[in-house]
Amino acid sequence: MSEKTIERPTTDEAAIAKEIEAEEKAAARQASLLRDGWADLRKRPLFIVTSLIILILLALAIAPSLFTARSPFSDGFCQLQNSMTGPSSGHLFGYDVQGCDIYTRTVYGARNSVVVGVVTTTATTLIGGLVGMLAGLIGGWADALLSRITEVFAGLPLIIGGLLIMSIWGGGDVWSVSFIMAILGWPQVYRIMRGEVIANKYNDYVTAARALGAGSWRIAFRHILPNTLAPVIVITTMNLGVYISAEAALSYLGIGIQYPNISWGVMISDAQDRFLTSPHALMFPAGALSITVLAFIMLGDVVRDAFDPKMR
Amino acid sequence: MTIIDPTDAVPAQRPGDHDNTGPLLEVRDLHVEFQTREGVVKAVNGVNYTVDSGETLAVLGESGSGKSVTAQAIMGILDMPPARIPQGEIRFYGQDMLTMGAEERRKLRGARIAMIFQDALSSLNPVLSVGFQLGEMFRVHQGMSRKQAKAKSIELMDRVKIPAAAARVNDYPHQFSGGMRQRIMIAMALALEPDLIIADEPTTALDVTVQAQVMDLLAELQREYRMGLILITHDLGVVADVADKIAVMYAGRIVETAPVHELYKRPAHPYTRGLLDSIPRLDQKGQELYAIQGLPPNLLKVPQGCAFNPRCDKAQDICRTEFPPLVPVTEADGTELPGRASACHFWKETIHG
Repeated sequence: MSEKTIERPTTDEAAIAKEIEAEEKAAARQASLLRDGWADLRKRPLFIVTSLIILILLALAIAPSLFTARSPFSDGFCQLQNSMTGPSSGHLFGYDVQGCDIYTRTVYGARNSVVVGVVTTTATTLIGGLVGMLAGLIGGWADALLSRITEVFAGLPLIIGGLLIMSIWGGGDVWSVSFIMAILGWPQVYRIMRGEVIANKYNDYVTAARALGAGSWRIAFRHILPNTLAPVIVITTMNLGVYISAEAALSYLGIGIQYPNISWGVMISDAQDRFLTSPHALMFPAGALSITVLAFIMLGDVVRDAFDPKMR
Repeated sequence: MTIIDPTDAVPAQRPGDHDNTGPLLEVRDLHVEFQTREGVVKAVNGVNYTVDSGETLAVLGESGSGKSVTAQAIMGILDMPPARIPQGEIRFYGQDMLTMGAEERRKLRGARIAMIFQDALSSLNPVLSVGFQLGEMFRVHQGMSRKQAKAKSIELMDRVKIPAAAARVNDYPHQFSGGMRQRIMIAMALALEPDLIIADEPTTALDVTVQAQVMDLLAELQREYRMGLILITHDLGVVADVADKIAVMYAGRIVETAPVHELYKRPAHPYTRGLLDSIPRLDQKGQELYAIQGLPPNLLKVPQGCAFNPRCDKAQDICRTEFPPLVPVTEADGTELPGRASACHFWKETIHG
């Protein structure tokens, strides 16, 4: 009898049965990478705050008329006698130098900021990601050639490049601004993507996939690409904020979005001269810009923490 | 819900299965070299071996002896360049794989010849679930749907004895223990029931108890499917129970071949003897453990004559000048010993004392 009780725990079956039990308990929490990440994300307060801000921003961009009864494009919107009047109960943000309601202009300015951010980020991610992947995968001469081409674009400072392209093609709307920033911005994504692909393509699992009959396309897109995505997602989310502020910078300098289009950058630029006497005209659009940029950058951080399986 | 009939597991008739003759795998005079800045590294210098269905060949050797490079050449996963195969043939059922097109070879990989790697953690893609990676075998090679492939993955995980397979199919590699991961690697290699499996040090990364389990599993599955198995290892303990025959490699050459028990009983090459003498034994407790002196040769300049001569305690002048070919080994009275060969000038002295 005693012999049996001693022997039992060492048998395979008992061990396996025990393991099965543990596994089944664990099974409840098992989920896919996406679901895992999502569950993780939802629990983070920072995520909730940033996504709330971004949701509000999106709502502003899609339907500004929900947030204000006035329209900055209607006749008589700006009344010069109100020029630089401070905040009051009917006009919480006050008036700017032209006597336009700052609240309404801030609300309507969100759309251009968001569009520029999204368009530029999408374009840089697609161009940079694709070219970077090609360079990393092919290597050799293709890598050298593409990297030199990239350096040409990376070498142009944003302001000078912006001035140059603006003076050649004109512009002043969201598309021309997005175009300039995409042209000058994609090398950043290229570098990250290329580096990640090179770091991953010599990994054992790539050799293993090859040894088990996967073709080049499958290896590139199914095996290498998902492993490179985490840093790209992070930089993309952060870039949304960065490009929104870059648009403001360009507009501030008069080479971005121009009148009659509204943007936070334009508003900041207009308000700067009278900052000492009437700071409200600067603070409200600048505050909106800061909060938006911060929200995207922090979201990038949180998303990285949640979705990168290597970080868990 | 699709119900998978277990009889589906029997592989479909494969084209080209029986229209050619010859052993399952025959490596003939294989040479592999690497172009490096310091010069040409000759990693494999004329290796010959054959593996038949249901047979296990153990390839034994130190790091840098060319055993893994040979395997990679067979799989066709050498990076070329820098690697180059200046001469040799690798015949799979009589058909030389080195002259095949890239696409034709890719279709063989995984389906007919599969490989198990040493480190299962780094050989499994960290961001894809094991079910996805297992299922990929079926989707790529047999065009199965995702659902069917997943069902097959669970079946496979069951077959390699992973507990609660259905619950764990969506887990990621890092969520498994080392032994379980290696089982998944084995499952992937076995998925399409290949004719030949190359296992490159499958148990090196595992602890000893798990090593035995994994080796037993591999041997059991090999018997079940009557696959050929090439087991690459430097662990003599692993080999003894599993292998049918052994090829010992040194400096890119096979220096001795023998049926497994013969080799342990009577090695015919001083290097093999050295390896066997370096196994710790209980009856020598307290004594100093024997070790082969020196280091493996630099493959940029392999010693003249016998590559092993600088480390060999039996080396004579002839060993430093004349290269010893691999010759059949016989009994002292001239009786043939099937499957035995040695590349030593003094094999007679080595085997017969």
